[in-house]
Amino acid sequence: MIQYILRRLLQVIPVFLGTTLLVYYMVFALPGDPIAALFGDRQPNPAVIAALRQQYNLDEPFWVQYGLFLKNLFTFNLGNDFTGQPIAATLGRVFPVTAMLAIEALVIQGVFGVAAGLFAGLRKGKLFDSTVLITSLVVIAIPTFVLGFVLQLVVGVQLGWAKPTVGANVTWGTLLLPAFVLGLVSFAYVLRLTRASVIENMNADYVRTATAKGLSRPRVVFAHILRNSMIPVATYLGANLGGLMGGAIVTEGIFNVPGVGQKLYQAILRSEGPTIVAIVSVFVLIFVVANLLVDLLYAWLDPRIRYDK
Amino acid sequence: MSDYISPDPAGADSGPGEKGAVVLEVRDLSVDFGVDKKWVPAAVGLNYQVRAGEVLAIVGESGSGKSASSMALLGLLPSNSRVSGSVRLSGKELLGADAANIRSVRGKDVAVIFQEPMTALNPVYTVGAQIVETVRLHNEVSPDEARERALRMLDLVELPDPEKAFRSYPHQLSGGQRQRAMIAQSLSCDPKLLIADEPTTALDVTVQAEILDLMRNLRNKLDSAIVLITHDMGVVADLADRIAVMRRGLIVETGTADQIFHNPQHPYTQALLAAVPHLGQGGTDAETEVDVTAALAAATHAELESVDHDELLRRERENAAALAAAEAARPAGEPVLELTDVAIEYPKQGRVPAFRAVEGANLTIYPGQVVGLVGESGSGKTTIGRAAVGLLPVAAGSMRVVGQDISAAKKNGKQLHQVRRHIGMVFQDPSSSLNPRLPIGESIGEPMYLAGVAKGPDLQKRIEALLDQVELPRDYRNRYPHELSGGQKQRVGIARALSLKPKLMVADEPTSALDVSVQAKVLELFQNLQQELGFACLFVTHDLAVVDVLADRICVMQRGRIVEQGTRDQILRNPQEPYTQRLLAAVPLPDPEKQRERRELRAQLLAVGE
Repeated sequence: MIQYILRRLLQVIPVFLGTTLLVYYMVFALPGDPIAALFGDRQPNPAVIAALRQQYNLDEPFWVQYGLFLKNLFTFNLGNDFTGQPIAATLGRVFPVTAMLAIEALVIQGVFGVAAGLFAGLRKGKLFDSTVLITSLVVIAIPTFVLGFVLQLVVGVQLGWAKPTVGANVTWGTLLLPAFVLGLVSFAYVLRLTRASVIENMNADYVRTATAKGLSRPRVVFAHILRNSMIPVATYLGANLGGLMGGAIVTEGIFNVPGVGQKLYQAILRSEGPTIVAIVSVFVLIFVVANLLVDLLYAWLDPRIRYDK
Repeated sequence: MSDYISPDPAGADSGPGEKGAVVLEVRDLSVDFGVDKKWVPAAVGLNYQVRAGEVLAIVGESGSGKSASSMALLGLLPSNSRVSGSVRLSGKELLGADAANIRSVRGKDVAVIFQEPMTALNPVYTVGAQIVETVRLHNEVSPDEARERALRMLDLVELPDPEKAFRSYPHQLSGGQRQRAMIAQSLSCDPKLLIADEPTTALDVTVQAEILDLMRNLRNKLDSAIVLITHDMGVVADLADRIAVMRRGLIVETGTADQIFHNPQHPYTQALLAAVPHLGQGGTDAETEVDVTAALAAATHAELESVDHDELLRRERENAAALAAAEAARPAGEPVLELTDVAIEYPKQGRVPAFRAVEGANLTIYPGQVVGLVGESGSGKTTIGRAAVGLLPVAAGSMRVVGQDISAAKKNGKQLHQVRRHIGMVFQDPSSSLNPRLPIGESIGEPMYLAGVAKGPDLQKRIEALLDQVELPRDYRNRYPHELSGGQKQRVGIARALSLKPKLMVADEPTSALDVSVQAKVLELFQNLQQELGFACLFVTHDLAVVDVLADRICVMQRGRIVEQGTRDQILRNPQEPYTQRLLAAVPLPDPEKQRERRELRAQLLAVGE
């Protein structure tokens, strides 16, 4: 087992190098001059521009820039962004906010998606099941930004149940509405996946065995049907963490959440290579670690899967 | 199997009147299933009773309602079903009892053993945890006491290492061990009634014999009533005191085991008994029936108490004379399939290392010969069949098929492509080996079309001729596989295999998924076709009785090696290898008396083997 974890962690290295290289190259290839953009409409002093270019190594060829970035990275010095702020500090400020948002979304889709899916699966073909199936289809069909703006308007502005925008003061409570929007699409998928899995397992032989043993219905449902149905759902939830991060860009934009998504969006607009690559690097790390955790969870849920060999 | 307890002949002989109190009484039990808003009857007006210490076998083919009616006893049917009548357990009515009452009966008073030990235990919990769950549900005991009890039960079902089995997940146990664990769980609350639904169908024949021994011992020890649901007359002969024969939802005949086997009244019972392939019976006429028990006794010098000494000697002499008189196989022509010291490996896949499934196999099939390849699961018999068609690479040795050495042939290369034109293959599961979206005419015609042998109206004519040969109506060619029964689908499979007039036919368990009466018909067809068309055949099967009907030669495989081969008579009348002897002795005979002899013999063989 330890060997398996180590091997998986070693796999992070090529994945990490590959993604950072790719992202770095894409930023490098972006049209427009980031330094010129920094000054907006004003005509800056050419000497200032030259100095800035040198400070950020923008004169160097691509490979040198990338090499310097890697060197800085391994000495845990992420450098400053174009406004002179240390990138590390920025990341330290924005990541916790997005983490809170993602966790809240994950919990919402996990708990409610599994519960609704289980309920619908057990009542296959009944009213609740059909309603839930149609609703989830509608939710999947509507793009996140539409849902986001509609809920912001209705729940936030017209009904006044929640703050329409989050702003600088981030709490679990104020994040509830954006987290709901962020988790909604995946919630529909989790629900459908759980439902299908429950329906499949409901007729399994071991469930009949469990009933024949004289177990009560709740015990059969939770210990035998649900436990076995969680296996594909857990995989999906893990893989979906990446989706939550990506989805955060839109959701954070709508609800003005000062998180990674917003920062990344600004950085892309300004062609700020170092910031973009730093954020994406952290994304990659989170993604790889989350997938490892999911695989370990998978083995725990399903003892037939073993990674020893 | 060190502590084999020899069966108690007196107990098995006694009539139903001498048994204990009535445990289960079923009156007018009817089961219907709602299909497309209509009630379709699965069982109609069943009446039977079972006493303590008695085994009632309910026998029937698929669709006879034997399983559905038994699941109805405990309310285990799906919600689209309707049950009426009366089911009394020790006088207490079960049908219509409220949910809590039924639950307290399930697992405690009535326990069930299911067919598929693979899927009947929950794969995500250890065996121990599942037994403990049952024990603690029905008894107020501490976790430690429940554990103790579970271990005792695992010991009772003769699992070699109860501690280890307790900690194991179902997939870590073999099929037989899993079924033992399942039985242990069923018995953990001392049920008054045990319902065993095809408990040995999914198991190898030697494992089946062990499980049947175990169930017989437990019956004697525990004095529970047992309802045994099965389609296998051999299993019935081995275990049952009384038998109910079911057909299309009705009990057509009931009686003691002796009555049913020796004096069946209903035509269906007679047909069912006649259809059972019966090891030793496969000769050309009834005179040449092989007395396998006598042959085994002679080969192993066993002293059987239940058989008169002189009688046994006479039977042994008869066998020896028949063996001497049997014509030696006279091979003619160039071999169609020739394996010389062949080893076959499943290639390495990712991190899973290559697995050598067959080692040092020598086997020759001459034109027109049928060679039966027999073995239990994992013995490598299917592997040889696949390699002969070029689906698996030969790792060592040489393999010649229709005159060409394919041991070095490239995967999907031209040579294999050509060789395959001379080989027909029939697969085990007729449902999954036909493309569900092709009409069967196209399935049959595809090989001829691809080989460029025929097309257009000519192809249609050939397809019709093939349908005639396998005795299917011509207009079936526009039907899809799901519109056909299992036996009909397998006929299509045979027609497809025959379409290129193969020199060699590889048949991989072609009848094991079929009911006995259907199996008998398909085997007869196959035999006739073989004699008419004269193709050579490698017939892979786990069922010795099937091979006995068809094969000229028999090869016995164990753990990737061919341990014994010879003509049918040599193998059946004079088996030399201990494994072959054990395999023969494990096949249950559909005759209670002969089965008693066979059982005693098997016990002696196993005792010698240790």
